Amino acid sequence: MLGIVTHILPLTYIRRARLLPVAGQVLVRSGQRVSSSDTVAQASLPSKHLVLDIRSGLGLARASDAAQYIIRHEGDVLTKGDVIAQTNGLIARMVRAPADGEIRTISGGKVALRVQVTALEIKAGFSGIVTEIIPERGAMIETNGMLLQGAWGNGKIDNGMLEVLAKSPEDVLTRDKLEVSLRGSVVLAGHCASADVLQSAAELPLRGLILASMSSDLVDLAGKMEYPIFLLEGFGKIPMNSRAYSLLSNSEKRDTSVNATFAPSTGERPEIIIPVPSNGDPAPETDEFRPNQTVRIQGKPYNGIIGKLIRVHPGLATLPNGVRAYAADIQVDMDTRVVIPLTNLEIIE
Amino acid sequence: MTSLVDAESVLSIDIGSVTTRALLFDVVEGQYHFIAAGVAPSTAGMAYHDIRQGFQMAVKRIQETTGRTLLSEDNQLILPSQPDSSGVDRFALSFSAGDDFHLVVMGLLSDVSLESAERLAASTYGVVVDRIGLTDTRRREEQIDALVKAHPDMIILAGGTEKGATRSVLKQVELISLACKLMPPDSRPTVIYCGNNAISKRVQETLEGDMVVGLAPNIRPDIDLEDLPPARSMVSRAAAKIRARQISGFNELASIASVPLTPGASAFGRIVRFLSQVYDPSKGVLGIDLGAEAITLAVGRAGALNLNVNRSFGMGANLPSLLKTVRPEDILRWIPYPLSAADVRDYIYQKSLYPASLPLTNETLAIEQAAARAILEVSTQQMQDRWTNSSLSFDLIILNGGVLAYAPHPWQSMRMLLDGVQPVGISTCLLDPYGITQALGTVAANNTVLPVQVIDSGIYRNLGTIIAPVSESRPGTPILRIKITFAEGGGTEVEVKQGSLVSLPIGNGQSASLTITPLHNTVIDPARLTLRSFKVIGGLCGVVVDARGRPFALPKENAKRLEILNQWANTPQERMA
Repeated sequence: MLGIVTHILPLTYIRRARLLPVAGQVLVRSGQRVSSSDTVAQASLPSKHLVLDIRSGLGLARASDAAQYIIRHEGDVLTKGDVIAQTNGLIARMVRAPADGEIRTISGGKVALRVQVTALEIKAGFSGIVTEIIPERGAMIETNGMLLQGAWGNGKIDNGMLEVLAKSPEDVLTRDKLEVSLRGSVVLAGHCASADVLQSAAELPLRGLILASMSSDLVDLAGKMEYPIFLLEGFGKIPMNSRAYSLLSNSEKRDTSVNATFAPSTGERPEIIIPVPSNGDPAPETDEFRPNQTVRIQGKPYNGIIGKLIRVHPGLATLPNGVRAYAADIQVDMDTRVVIPLTNLEIIE
Repeated sequence: MTSLVDAESVLSIDIGSVTTRALLFDVVEGQYHFIAAGVAPSTAGMAYHDIRQGFQMAVKRIQETTGRTLLSEDNQLILPSQPDSSGVDRFALSFSAGDDFHLVVMGLLSDVSLESAERLAASTYGVVVDRIGLTDTRRREEQIDALVKAHPDMIILAGGTEKGATRSVLKQVELISLACKLMPPDSRPTVIYCGNNAISKRVQETLEGDMVVGLAPNIRPDIDLEDLPPARSMVSRAAAKIRARQISGFNELASIASVPLTPGASAFGRIVRFLSQVYDPSKGVLGIDLGAEAITLAVGRAGALNLNVNRSFGMGANLPSLLKTVRPEDILRWIPYPLSAADVRDYIYQKSLYPASLPLTNETLAIEQAAARAILEVSTQQMQDRWTNSSLSFDLIILNGGVLAYAPHPWQSMRMLLDGVQPVGISTCLLDPYGITQALGTVAANNTVLPVQVIDSGIYRNLGTIIAPVSESRPGTPILRIKITFAEGGGTEVEVKQGSLVSLPIGNGQSASLTITPLHNTVIDPARLTLRSFKVIGGLCGVVVDARGRPFALPKENAKRLEILNQWANTPQERMA
């Protein structure tokens, strides 16, 4: 059976699309080197319109008469006071633009003027080279480096020098550990259970906080933080998986990109990328479960534990709680082998 | 499109957000039978974004189980079946996977057309992101901006009874027209017009060209009359088309299907409506499908269907949204283990990150089942709010969906129903262990023989009969005296006290006649006030008398709460031992 692959790799080739959901303007060029927080593309989303009733404004009897008096066209950019429509004669009646804006549509004797837009920006997410431009949408960015995919992120993107606060995978981050010397860095810590830790990190400010896990009651607060918050394991008190801890704790002082984008519906996962000046191979996104694979377990009491897949059961297996599922035997340490549903396993590559 | 009536083997696929389910039906000795099920992870979402891989894996599971070859060497479904018995004759496809549809409902009066439009919207996989009626106090520009910002996939426009309002409806049409012209052409919504029929053509002429327009008969032809079914079919078809555009593989699989691509909830409702014509029309049938992405409550009475799909509540990625309605403590109260509210909340959030994962311990299984109770409770309440006078007395209740169907013991499924929905009166409860109801409903679009014969073949598991009397008596007061006469001879009497959950000594498959004497003004079944004697056949949970009261409350004191939960957790077999 196919399983989802989660990347926790010291070196791989990374290629990511950074695309706008709507047409916009691409700000980078092919071959350009970009850093994590560089804007790749931007678009303007309409957020406020004014609808001008030309029939009423000109005192016309029928809406169908309005078209002949409208002197502007769809797409015209106007400044406040510009005439949009006017009648003929000595004492002409006029409809003027009540604000700066762009005419988006003229229909049924009405003119819709877009007077306010919201900017939408797509960031690079990691340091790399633009290898392909997708017109009006964005670009493909590539690099080689260490790649760790996470379980959840607060949607923010930044980069900085990695500082390791976690003394062990089980470490708990407390406010007193966030010293002023960490300002501007990306911090690797363990579990976070209190709001004041997130607030303190914002006050420093940090440029990224990589956690093993976090209490779920901090989700709303984490979403409001301006710096990226990245969870490797998820919610509740879950120790960091041994492979990720080993890779990250040995990467102190290296430039680390934290892309905490979490959008399961589009397939975007939170990612940590640390560029490495060597060439890596691309890693697969999915793979078949098979013996000797390294897997990570989801679900208490084995949350986040990395083990080795010994065998996939041919039929349904019964778990200790009575649930029946397609499952595999997983060696979690020298003495312990457990039966885990395939749905609770991620292949680590 | 060809009819399924003459077909033999039928393969039905349901694409969920977590699971892809393949079900094979074939004719055995002149009757359609369910042959095998194959389940695989859904590949509609992350990492795959193409449903065909999950489809192939699920079909391969059937191949392994049956030894039949259904896929060619290049993984294409073999259609029709070949002389060497490979392949199938017909193929049907349903779905529940995908992001929420964004729906905007528009009408005139909030308690007339807008209310009906909301009920129509509740029949599909969507969330209503805005409502615009005559009493909307926003300025025209603000309404337009709201429509543009809402990014609707579908706008349902109702309003005007037959021979009623037209000008106000046309103003709403003008609003839609202007707003949609401000949206990028490739992201404009489908508009379903189901208002005053007199201006249908004008509505179509105004909007067509800029967006897809569907015209359905008026859902509110008269102030006191609601007619949802024709518009519901149109919404269902529109939803299928939108989904097919969004996720790779749907169009390709739909092109080889013998029936239209169907939302799973619509297919589920179709079977509930059919069964409601067979069962007691005064009580009707309740179908519950609690899946990873939504809960569907379908109520059929005498062939009329109330379909309630709620995408806010599911057991998968959207599980945390339950916590917007209920507190973790409200879920915790159902758990007979010493856990904290934080444990419950953390588990719910973690489950949302890995929606396909299964509980590995008794404690986490209890959290999932407690969350299911909370979803059932809230959804039932919302259904009663939406359909006023909706009784909770049903002749038949069907349970479907992972958390209900895969509970380790049938008693756990029964308990989730009793605790969450709290039905009243006398009901038979069936469990759909294979998610077969959607498949039957999908196939039924062109083949009404197959569902009838497969249901007749006993595909559902009988959990048992529920007797849930209504009484105002104090706890401990005798409220029912039940005389049991077994079909094989002999009998016994049982006295039931208010506040108790009692299993009658009737085993699985055992037939008996019950004569019930209500005490202290107890009502046995509010929908059948004169009912005193009837026959029952024990199910996997025997015959259960739920005399805990409606609504019933758990003890506030923790030790007592744990004691009573552990007492109720005992299976009927353990109670009778």
